Amino acid sequence: MIGLDELLRHFAELERAELVRWVENRWVLPDIAGDHFVFHEVDIARVELILQFRREFAVGDDAMEVVLGLLDQVYGLRRQLSRLCDAVATQPPKTQAAIRRALPRAGSGSS
Amino acid sequence: MATQTPYEVLGVKPDSKTDEIRKAYRKLAKELHPDLNPGKPEAEARFKAVASAYDLLSDPDKRSRYDRGEIDESGAERPRYSYRPHAEGAQGRKYQPRGDIDIEDLDDILSMFGTRGGASGGTRRAGDGFAMPGGDRLFSLAVDFVEAATGARKRLMLAPDEPLDVTIPAGIAEGQVLRLKGKGSPGFGGGPPGDALIEIHIAPHPFFRREGDDIHVELPVSVAEAVLGARVAVPTVTGPVTMTIPKGSDAGTRLRLRGKGIQRAGHEGDQYVTLKIVIGDAGDPDLAKFLETWAATHQTDPRREMGQEGMGAP
Repeated sequence: MIGLDELLRHFAELERAELVRWVENRWVLPDIAGDHFVFHEVDIARVELILQFRREFAVGDDAMEVVLGLLDQVYGLRRQLSRLCDAVATQPPKTQAAIRRALPRAGSGSS
Repeated sequence: MATQTPYEVLGVKPDSKTDEIRKAYRKLAKELHPDLNPGKPEAEARFKAVASAYDLLSDPDKRSRYDRGEIDESGAERPRYSYRPHAEGAQGRKYQPRGDIDIEDLDDILSMFGTRGGASGGTRRAGDGFAMPGGDRLFSLAVDFVEAATGARKRLMLAPDEPLDVTIPAGIAEGQVLRLKGKGSPGFGGGPPGDALIEIHIAPHPFFRREGDDIHVELPVSVAEAVLGARVAVPTVTGPVTMTIPKGSDAGTRLRLRGKGIQRAGHEGDQYVTLKIVIGDAGDPDLAKFLETWAATHQTDPRREMGQEGMGAP
């Protein structure tokens, strides 16, 4: 957990105004603890990711909105899928086998 | 002290050409070379810094990696954060699209894809779950020192035709963020609006200084006021007050004005006044004449306490 200034020190190439804009755009969601922004590990990693998109893939503002939106959806789905897998894993072997059989194979078209 | 960038170490601009960098390096290296500066450890330390900066900047590959922030000034890899483990961890939950987030049971997961077969049957109508709260908007508001100390109402323009009156509480600190509920961007699909987040920046004051809820000020007094005592006007954040300077006050004496600092519910700060004796017109012949006579019969040594060490041989 670090504050705004510490975060800027960590990312030397990141301008304060730019980071503030990312927070405004809700690309990064720091907590407000008391009176200050608090960036958690996930927020720091996300800043790193956005910087990388900008620097290495030249993703602009509009595209960034789309990219992050899709990315968040993917992680949301992965989370749900992993819950479903956990639930399947707790089933008796017979049920698991039944689920496996019920899953259409990739390429066999939709059910 | 902040770490200097290799460009700063060599005194060149970040967009300098390779031969400009080489020239700057050679010039500094000649000046600072340890063999030309025997017994000067600071020159040697700078020489090392210059050499390592040149080592980095003279290598086009290292230089571009440094410019991209991949390595630091010592050439070490900057630790990179990987997003995935965080995104899938507990903290990543907040970045998930709202509206999809409250999936509690199998029905919800199945209905995400419109699959029939959930116990409740039926699929969700398209458009359900798309109410989204509006985004927060971030603003920066400059307040002057006294306003921050005593509290104030400031008008902030959220947009050219959208003024917002902000109440600054007494004793607000630099960088503090005020949250104004519902003053952010409007919500979507009936979602509530976001909040306005206002980051406060306090301008420094020419003579007041703040430490917590206390105000510090250095007050110039004349020799006569210090020796003879006086009643003088002292500025405070709430306006001038009269203060007594005790007879025989020394330079650096600190006097307290109780309750004249920052007033908050449940706690009041004080103002500390540090006396600074000013001679004023040092060339005043009367004063000089008086002091000549006075000093002849009053031998005092204000540096007595410092002893003899470090004062040099007599």
